[in-house]
Amino acid sequence: MAAASVEDIKLEDIPVDDIDFSDLENQFQVDSEVNFENFVVVDGAPVAPEAKVPMLSKVLGKLFSQAGKVVDINLPIDEDKKCTKGYLFVEFESAASAKKAIRLLNGKKLDVKHRLLVNSLNDVEKYGSDDFESEFREPKLPEFQPTDYLKSWLQDEQGRDQFVLQKGELTGVFWNRNTQQPDNAVEPRTNWSNTTVKFSPRGTYLFSFHNQGVASWGGKSFERLRRYFHPNTKALAVSPTEKYLVTLSPDPISVPEDAPADFPFGPESNGHQLCVWDIATGVSVKTFALPPNQSLHWPMIKWSFDDRYCARLGPNALAVYDAENNFELLGGKILKIENIMDFSFAPAGVKLAVNRNNDLSSVLAYWTPESNNQSCKATIMEIPTRRVLRTVNLVQVSDVTLHWQKQAEYLCVKVDRHSKSKKTFFTNLEICKLTEKDVPVDKVEMKDLAIKFAWEPTGQRFVTISRTESVDDNPAIPKNVVTFFAPEQKEKAAKDDIKKWKAFATVTDKFSNTISWSPAGRFVVVATLVTPDQRKADFDFYDLDFTGEKTDNTSTDVAAKLKAVAHPDFYGATDLRWDPSGRFVAIWSSAVKHKLENGYKVFTVAGQVVREEMIEAFKNFVWRPRPESLLTNGEKKKVRKNLKEWSAQFEELDAMQADSAMRELILLRRSLFEEWNNYRDEITDSMQHEYGYQIFDQIEFSTADEDFEVVEEIKEEILEEKEEQIDSFDEPATSE
Amino acid sequence: MRPILLKGHERSLTQVKFNREGDLIFSCAKDSVASVWYAINGERLGTFEGHQGTIWSIDVDKFTQYAVTGSADFSIKLWDVQTGQNVYTWKTKTPVRRVEFAPSGDKILAVLDGVMGYPGSVTVYEIPRDTQSHQLHQEPSEEPLFNILTHEGFDMAAVASWSFQDQYIAVGHKDGRVSKYDGATGEFIDALELHTQSVSDIQFSPDGTYFITSSRDSDAKLVDIETLEVLKTYETDCPLNSACITPLKQYVILGGGQDAKDVTTTSSREGKFEARLYHKIFQDEIGRVKGHFGPLNYVAVSPQGTSYASGGEDGFVRLHHFDKSYFDFKYDVEKSAEAQKHMQELESSA
Repeated sequence: MAAASVEDIKLEDIPVDDIDFSDLENQFQVDSEVNFENFVVVDGAPVAPEAKVPMLSKVLGKLFSQAGKVVDINLPIDEDKKCTKGYLFVEFESAASAKKAIRLLNGKKLDVKHRLLVNSLNDVEKYGSDDFESEFREPKLPEFQPTDYLKSWLQDEQGRDQFVLQKGELTGVFWNRNTQQPDNAVEPRTNWSNTTVKFSPRGTYLFSFHNQGVASWGGKSFERLRRYFHPNTKALAVSPTEKYLVTLSPDPISVPEDAPADFPFGPESNGHQLCVWDIATGVSVKTFALPPNQSLHWPMIKWSFDDRYCARLGPNALAVYDAENNFELLGGKILKIENIMDFSFAPAGVKLAVNRNNDLSSVLAYWTPESNNQSCKATIMEIPTRRVLRTVNLVQVSDVTLHWQKQAEYLCVKVDRHSKSKKTFFTNLEICKLTEKDVPVDKVEMKDLAIKFAWEPTGQRFVTISRTESVDDNPAIPKNVVTFFAPEQKEKAAKDDIKKWKAFATVTDKFSNTISWSPAGRFVVVATLVTPDQRKADFDFYDLDFTGEKTDNTSTDVAAKLKAVAHPDFYGATDLRWDPSGRFVAIWSSAVKHKLENGYKVFTVAGQVVREEMIEAFKNFVWRPRPESLLTNGEKKKVRKNLKEWSAQFEELDAMQADSAMRELILLRRSLFEEWNNYRDEITDSMQHEYGYQIFDQIEFSTADEDFEVVEEIKEEILEEKEEQIDSFDEPATSE
Repeated sequence: MRPILLKGHERSLTQVKFNREGDLIFSCAKDSVASVWYAINGERLGTFEGHQGTIWSIDVDKFTQYAVTGSADFSIKLWDVQTGQNVYTWKTKTPVRRVEFAPSGDKILAVLDGVMGYPGSVTVYEIPRDTQSHQLHQEPSEEPLFNILTHEGFDMAAVASWSFQDQYIAVGHKDGRVSKYDGATGEFIDALELHTQSVSDIQFSPDGTYFITSSRDSDAKLVDIETLEVLKTYETDCPLNSACITPLKQYVILGGGQDAKDVTTTSSREGKFEARLYHKIFQDEIGRVKGHFGPLNYVAVSPQGTSYASGGEDGFVRLHHFDKSYFDFKYDVEKSAEAQKHMQELESSA
């Protein structure tokens, strides 16, 4: 048989399928049991002579078994020097143990000289390979996405306000046009939000709820700006300066093993339910676990007026975080306050008497109930110094609520107290004057239990709704009392007189359950809104600076003149909200809360309906808030002084809005007026120029210029003269 | 607005005038006696007696020193206001329809009827005055300073008035034309076909730079004297006899009514014997004042803009002192413009 040359062997001829590879497969089979994730590499171990190896491996074995069961420890030995090389490999039974070992022992100090560096074998492999790029590369910033001007709605020429209407699945944003059909700001959208929508406190952002979390909208056409991924978000709150968003979900966050790069949460957030976001960037800046076994009060995170600090209530403690320092705890630890019940930040910066240069302080107040050896206390504290500004001690207390005046000049601590027998309840109001030295407190003692309290947003007056608890609790009998308070005005007010508050008017026998002040102050609506145990709504509009003669005041030595100005009807109303300018009140009946008379009505401050619409399945009405006015107090004063001039201009605008024919007419008149003025100006110039003649519109004529003699003539005319002789006064004429 | 009725004339009023201070009213009627009244209470101060026929026109100079009257008895008389004495009389060829002092007081114009072969003219006479006392320092010349004979092709003049600084004379013709002449030489400058019927009145604005015409064709028009450009037109529903421009407020007052010869056959309501207030700029009617039971022959407003008087075919002068609503009334446009101006002033002063 001739030897076959290599060329002759054809690949096709080899019966590959028949060859038995099993021996090779066995030889090179990779033991799948060996998992490199179970290995860690340890650097920085002591260099020990060969003799001491068993000792060392015993110590290290014990140390690493903290993390889990150690399968093997490999201590390589330098053959020349006869000692260990200072590093070792540890094999654990599971990858989880290896991870735990890294977390626990990386950086562990064995003694003064030795510090263990623990890394996973995979990492050493990965970072040690030549392929791994060790040069720093700047992370790629996502390209800047321009948005519409977010404050465009404030530039509306007519200064109109926007509001959101929700009915059924439909949500729309509208311009308030007084008596007219509101204009669409954007086309109403279906399913814009799963539930309601919410504006941020200055109105820049609109937030909607979705299955995947929350989205922010803004700009002229309400484009979507950001998404905040927090599945099943149930509640949201925005910090006062619109920097941060807080979301709460009943579902704990779970970070998947292979989380995508843009997953908002790190592994440390696992199990957390509360999340703080940076609104502008959409980045989650901090997450919190909920404190165990505590009733939830929304908002769970409260902010200082400037968003510098935020705080949340814990069991027997208050945690204050510094937002500018990565949300680290203020001073590195929580504030231990035994039995703390509630707290709140001042809604504005406080000009404390001790502050220099008009500095504004962040201030918070909290209260603790009575305990065995302590009275109930309300405490006012400055942040971040934690300086206690004032403590108010109280006894026989059943409940306390804290009411800040919007400018944070005053804090009213409403103390609901009980008699010793705990049968009658009554309220004390402790009013702290924060801007004065040592924070003096004025106490107002009420005879009954105040259930509602509201400060005038821009002033020093307040309104309470109170009730006397009695035995025959017939809910059909109205027995709520509305009381109006104002600082006392003394005729000769000494400078250092402590301000005292005084009830100057009361309205009895009401069902009222809501107080709503106009954001501009002066006007207040005290309302009964439909609730599960209240069937019929009722509204009273009050003016506290009534300019007329007859007021409803019971005492006059206060800075207020009360007058009930209107009492409009809307029996099915469930909610009420003032517009941000304080010109209109929207009252609506939401199908979510009540089945009858769904729709909304808009009233003026005087309680006149400017607009009403009854809408089936009407759900919600939201005014778009506005930022604080940029005008200084001086400028505001000036506006008030020239109110007549301003109102003339606005009246014209209103007339123009009333209908399009009127608008045409006004525009025509404007042009005619301007044309005429131009004509007169031209004539002025040409007459002056050509003839040296000064034109005029009327002959100036004053009596002072001329010699006038005022002649007064008095004419007396005698109409009748009659003489009568009377003989005697004694006899009456009738006796004849 | 409660009017004061000036009762004193026995026949139809022909013209009513205020003096410059607005405290006296001069009126003349078809009964040949002119009267002077206190504007404040309507009491008659005195009369100018001497004419033999209808006095068509009266005027007073800016010093309230002399008054001039033009009459159907072919004469113009100059009167001393203080004494009521006739100071001088010019004889004319035809009846005198209109007389008016030039703003300076140094000249008068007279509109002479075109009858009896005379073509009609606007004739200007000089009043020789002392520059200090404004008294006549010599007898006026009998001869006119110049004579503007009716322009060829035009109907004769019905009314005429002086512009600012005696610069021009504006003449309204029977055919609805308005023509313009040099006030110093009488030279023809320009003409304008303004109305379709006779021009019944021409009154200048307080400063004499624009004038209002009224016409039997029911329209009143505001015209600039320099350019003879029509600025505004006020349309009414009845023949107009008179129109004036109010100082102080941007209004015009129009007066007229059914023709005198038709009066007996129409009730006062149908006769439209009302003074009408129009907004000068917006051309809207803003109000009417009733009262006369004949057509209004003349309306005049006080130079201060606080009162107006109307002389009617019924023989009465009705003097109205405007009340608050007249002064307060403003269009939204005016209010807001005023407000803006006020605020600008505040800003610039701050």
